[in-house]
Amino acid sequence: MKHKIKYFFLILVLSVSTFDIIAQRFPAPEFEGDYKIPQTQISKVQPVFFEYLDIAVFLATLSVITWVIIKKRSRKAVFWISVFSLLYFGFYRNGCICPVGSLQNVSMALFHPEYTIPVTAIIFFIAPLGFTLFFGRTFCAGVCPLGAIQDIIALRPVSLKPWIRYVFGLIPFIYLGLAVLYAATGTDFIICRYDPFVEFFRHSGSSLIFGIGGILLVTGIFVARPYCRFFCPYGVLLNLVSRVSRRHLSIANGKCVNCRLCESACPFDAIDKPTGLESKKDNRGLVKKMMIYGLITPVLILVTGWSVSRFHGELAHVNFKVRLAEEMMTIDKNINNATLPDEIKAFQSSGSVVENLYREAASIVYRFYVGSWILGGFIGLVFGLTLARLTIFRYRDEYLTNKGNCYSCVRCVPYCPIK
Amino acid sequence: MKEKTKFNRRDFINTGLRIGIGAGLGLIGVGLSTRSVNGKTTWQIDPAKCIQCGKCTTECVLQTSAVKCVHVTDMCGYCDLCSGYLKQGSKELNTAAENRLCPTNAIVRTFVEEPYFEYKIVEELCIACGKCVKNCGAFGNGSLQLQIQQQLCLNCNQCSIARNCPSQAITRVDTDSPYSLKGFKDLKIGG
Ligand code: SF4
Ligand code: SF4
Ligand code: SF4
Ligand code: SF4
Ligand code: SF4
Repeated sequence: MKHKIKYFFLILVLSVSTFDIIAQRFPAPEFEGDYKIPQTQISKVQPVFFEYLDIAVFLATLSVITWVIIKKRSRKAVFWISVFSLLYFGFYRNGCICPVGSLQNVSMALFHPEYTIPVTAIIFFIAPLGFTLFFGRTFCAGVCPLGAIQDIIALRPVSLKPWIRYVFGLIPFIYLGLAVLYAATGTDFIICRYDPFVEFFRHSGSSLIFGIGGILLVTGIFVARPYCRFFCPYGVLLNLVSRVSRRHLSIANGKCVNCRLCESACPFDAIDKPTGLESKKDNRGLVKKMMIYGLITPVLILVTGWSVSRFHGELAHVNFKVRLAEEMMTIDKNINNATLPDEIKAFQSSGSVVENLYREAASIVYRFYVGSWILGGFIGLVFGLTLARLTIFRYRDEYLTNKGNCYSCVRCVPYCPIK
Repeated sequence: MKEKTKFNRRDFINTGLRIGIGAGLGLIGVGLSTRSVNGKTTWQIDPAKCIQCGKCTTECVLQTSAVKCVHVTDMCGYCDLCSGYLKQGSKELNTAAENRLCPTNAIVRTFVEEPYFEYKIVEELCIACGKCVKNCGAFGNGSLQLQIQQQLCLNCNQCSIARNCPSQAITRVDTDSPYSLKGFKDLKIGG
């Protein structure tokens, strides 16, 4: 055993020195025969052309589905486009890179000037938001491969209680905040790491994620689009942007006769029912409530900001450099080198100065401290606004798609007798 | 009448927000695109940093890793007693299976002329365990190096090996120079 350890250490030391000098221990042979040294074989990279092809297909699909939703209002066409997206962006392109994940590339690029962001990531991030700004979430309807796989299997959707929707609807905001924090600190892309469906698209991956994906898909038969509604961080952005969209899909195009036929057509509970006339009068208490919530929101922001910042150390622990620095601080200097973890061996053999590592780790931890305050504050703001929104009363005398939550899937339109 | 003005006000706010968000998106797009010279970046291992920990075998999202051992033939000494081919301490010059280092027998040895032997990696068999790379680096010329074979790699948005690599040897590199091999004169990119 002792021998083995020594032997490993020897290899370690030697391998370091080898790569430092890149000198040849054994000279290149001089062949007498006519043997020629073969060339080193490596494989090609997929030409950049395919990236641009992807962008073109993406923009084309997005345009076509938007036209189909806004002008044709055809559920059938939307369905077939989502099948296409699932096959192309999902199974053919392995679901990567997707707009949901691209928000991390963008956050990383905004905070790391040295990071060269792929053009695909920029366009995949911006185009769906741009379309949503004018036409609603047509991207979600059938371009997003994650959305498509869930939409197709939503066979027996049940209606969820509003409080469930509100409470679980907060998760995507937290997820978004965490994803941005980790990407902005250059730590990790957690959306990619926990993408539940990408393993299906690739036919390989970790069994844990496979399991989560499987559970989501089975749930998705009854609770339509569970990932979209209760996890998707990009969906948060689309939801907010969609609220000010210009020409959102509407069920009756303003000619609703309150026949109630579409009332339960939406698998996502995204149809807002008419409020009725009584509630129109009963409006006074609400104003008061709203003012109260307006006052407690800043308090909430401070409280959650403070609470989350308490955990900045734990959050920062995901970062490789922070972890390494902590390990370096705690290692026993006299311990046998061969038993040290790989990352410490690698660090020691790299010849880097440990003080620099500590300094770098400290600055990352500080960024996490600031970031966790912002993340906490953001969560508090979302809580506050959610509470306040519950009290806002908006009079409706017709059945309307909820511009934020509606995925523009066009399922409700065929129920409407007004064409 | 009252309804109408109210409606208009909301419309006005929406239009304002829309212009604001649109402008914001445009700014991000233009700002970032100046920084993105190429179509994309690719993941690659820096052999000078890699310590052949073995994680490349298990951490890739593909069932058999996209990482492969690449033989930089220019650096090879064509040794009879190849430290990447034979286990250290195999006393006799015996190439019997139990003396070979590679767990999958991915290295093929052919006699060239006294005393030289040529070594070739059969890419399909290599599982990127790095054993040969480690030994060749320690006792030989370091002509065996681990690289992500770009044809196999899915170019994940975040390489899952990079996340777990103990030496942080895997980084995004420019697609125009997708390999980080050391010490070659002649490189054949193909197939
Ligand atoms: S909510 Fe998210 S996952 Fe669902 S379709 Fe939209 S972008 Fe895709
Ligand atoms: S289009 Fe209709 S059915 Fe589809 S999500 Fe929107 S409101 Fe629901
Ligand atoms: S994970 Fe890193 S150190 Fe380990 S073999 Fe792969 S590149 Fe080398
Ligand atoms: S020893 Fe490992 S890295 Fe080397 S060729 Fe065999 S499988 Fe590949
Ligand atoms: S980018 Fe993906 S496919 Fe390529 S080596 Fe890394 S994990 Fe494997």
